[in-house]
Formats: sequence, structure tokens, C-alpha cells
Amino acid sequence: MKLEAHAISCIRGGRRVFSRISFAIEAGEVLILRGPNGAGKSSLLRCLSGLVPLAGGSVTLSGLSEEVLDLSDDRETMQSQLAAIGHLDAVKPGFTVAENLRFWARIWGENDNAEARVAAALTRFGLDHIAQGLAAHCSAGQKRRLGLARLSVAARPIWLLDEPTVSLDAASVAVFADLVRAHCAKGGMAIAATHIDLGLEAARELVLEAAPRGVQMDEASDDPFLDEGAWI
Amino acid sequence: MTSIFWRDLALAFRIGGGAGQALVFFLLAVTLLAFGTGGEPDVLRSVAPGALWVFALLSCLLSLDRLFQADVEDGSMDGLMLASTPLEAVVLAKAAAHWVTTGLPMILAAPILAALLNLEPAAYGMLILSLAIGTPALSLIGAIGAALTASVRRGGMLLSLLVLPLYIPTLVAGAMAVRASAAGFEAWPYLGMLSAITLGCAALAPFASAAALRITLS
Repeated sequence: MKLEAHAISCIRGGRRVFSRISFAIEAGEVLILRGPNGAGKSSLLRCLSGLVPLAGGSVTLSGLSEEVLDLSDDRETMQSQLAAIGHLDAVKPGFTVAENLRFWARIWGENDNAEARVAAALTRFGLDHIAQGLAAHCSAGQKRRLGLARLSVAARPIWLLDEPTVSLDAASVAVFADLVRAHCAKGGMAIAATHIDLGLEAARELVLEAAPRGVQMDEASDDPFLDEGAWI
Repeated sequence: MTSIFWRDLALAFRIGGGAGQALVFFLLAVTLLAFGTGGEPDVLRSVAPGALWVFALLSCLLSLDRLFQADVEDGSMDGLMLASTPLEAVVLAKAAAHWVTTGLPMILAAPILAALLNLEPAAYGMLILSLAIGTPALSLIGAIGAALTASVRRGGMLLSLLVLPLYIPTLVAGAMAVRASAAGFEAWPYLGMLSAITLGCAALAPFASAAALRITLS
């Protein structure tokens, strides 16, 4: 399986966040996104997940089926291969820790053996002693671990991780790095925006430049409407 | 899709979920009307069909603003967009759960409130029937407005302004069915119109809400 970005650009709120970024990532690889605040790491991840439309370029996935999937044409098929972790943990305070995780196990995975996957994930992230407690009583770190545990109950090959280690202690970071390593060993891939060193050997880096001040025209763009849009 | 339905239902009955609030609002509004009009049986009887329907749709509106907003705010919606089920089905499941927690209790309480407003006894059956057919449309139309205002803080007022005009056909058909039945006329034409509105909403609203959600979240 191979995920490729071909000269992708993103415009949000009339501002060009990044332009003409290309990369390819294969099964078993980790791509670390680096760059200062505002360089567009989160936007890039949201573009890849199909939540934010691309302003130019294309994202393709090959190796899943016979033909090459394109994010703009086969969005739902591609999205069903993704698990994405953002700044928010999607934790419902009215549910117990186990109930929260069980829901995501069903949404991002298959219904069968969901219970076993949930139990394994709770143990892995050290949440089993509070599994029956309300998520409202969790600390910030516990909520973050619960958010990350969603990855481990998901049956999805591509992980998009936006600052996954925020508010985690060193031990939890190590647990998380192990999880990513195991995921890649099973043929998965991960793209992570992070400022800290996860200690992943197989990781490659993609550095995003800080966005230039003001509006900038992209001369190489082949879409006339795109450049007009940039002036709004 | 079913897991989203049951999850929303369970959340509604947990702390801060708000199940039953719409019903209590419905009860209070009807009681206030009785107080406000001085409790004249004849006055109440004449306004009962319209008043019950107006209060039903206002109560429905009360809990709509959290339909998607709660999930957008805590990041759940991003995850739901990546679900194996299409977003349209997610929307339909959430609207169905909303109906079960707001529309259904109102239908069950309607006979008691109808008695409070001195509704013609012959129209009780029609009131329940028209609410049962019409309230799903309220949740479905409301889902479009809720999707459009999902990322707006304090979007409840804006939601009302968007959705209430769209409720007019449902209100007219529903209230007229009850009124016709109370006056001893045939109510079937109005019920037919109400069914058409609900079926049309069931077919179109999930697509409209899903499209609105995609824009809201991009």
C-alpha cells in the first residue's frame, strides 16, 4: 500500500496555508511532519483525511484494490482506511472509559471481537483500573490516552496523528511509540505532526516552511479560479 | 449506524444529556397557555389544535442545537466523518435518536395535555396520529439547521431563525388535521400531506445535513 500526495495545496480562510507539497509513504513507514506553528501541519493532516478540500494537486492510494484510489473521487473508500487523532479526544464525559472506547471500536473497526480489542487497548494504555469510571473524572493525560487508545481498537491501516503526545508523560509516550512501531510492523503507516522525538527508527521527516506573511500567488497553479480565490 | 443511534440515545439519558427536557417544556408551555388565557374552556377548545402543534415544534427545537454541536466541539464528529457508514446514514441515525428522545415522549404525553386544553374528545386519536406522522419531519428538518449552525457558538437563536420558517408546512398540515377532526370533518387529506412532508424530509434531509456538515467542518 502506498499513499502519495502530488503537489497538494491548501487554502483556508482565504489564506494559502501550504502549496505544492509532494510526498509518498509506503506500508510500514512513518512520516513525521515538522515545522513551526502555523506552518500547516494540522491543515495538511485534515486535507489528507478528506475533511478539508484540496485547493490543488491530488492524493492517491495504491495497493488497496486493483485501481489507484484518488481522494477527491473515492473519498469514502479512502476515509474508511483512515484513523485520525486531532487536538480533541472525542471523549464523552457521560460515558465510562470503556463505553467511550467500545463506541470507537465499532465505528472504526468491525463489530466482532470489539470487546477483546477494547480490553487489550485499556490494558496497553494503563486505563483498565478506571475502565468502569465516568470519563468526566479523567485527568487530561488520561483523556489523551483514551483518545489515543482509539487507534489501537481501530482496524485501519493509515494513521493521521496531530500532536499525539500532548499532555502525555514519558512512560505513556513510550507506550504510544511502541504502538506506532507495532502498527508499522503489521504493514500499517502513520503520518504524525509532532515537536518531540518519538524515538522511531524508521521515521522519515517532512519539514514544512512557515507560511509567508500575507497572501501569496501561486504562479505555477493551473487552476485560474484558485488564484482568484486567494485574493478574497 | 445502529451503534450511533444507541450511543446518542444512551447519551441523552446520562447526566446533562437533556432527555425529557423537551417534554417538560411542552408541559410547561401548555400550562402557561391555560393560565394566560384565563382558563376559559371555550377559548382553550378553539386554540387547542394549533397550540399543541406549535408547542410540539418549539419543544423539538429546544434540544436541536446540540444535535451535532456537541460532537463537533469534542472532536467526535471528525471521527464520525471517517466512519465506514456514509455521513448521510450517521445524520439519519442521529435524527432518529433525537426523535425518540423528544418527539416520542411528546406523542405519549399529548392526550394528557389535550385534556388540559379541553380539546374535542373526538380529535384525540387524530392528535396522536398527526404528531406520530409529523414529528419525525421536525427532527429531520431540524437536522439541516443543526448541521449549518454546528460550529456557531450560541447558535441556538440562529438555528431557530433558520428552521422555524421551514416548519410552517408541517405545522399547517398537522394542526389542520386535528382541527378538521375536532370539527367532524375528514382529516385524511391533511394527514396525506403530512406523510408526504415526512417522507420527503426523510429522503432529502440526510443529504442536505451531511453536505452542510462537510462545509461546517472543512
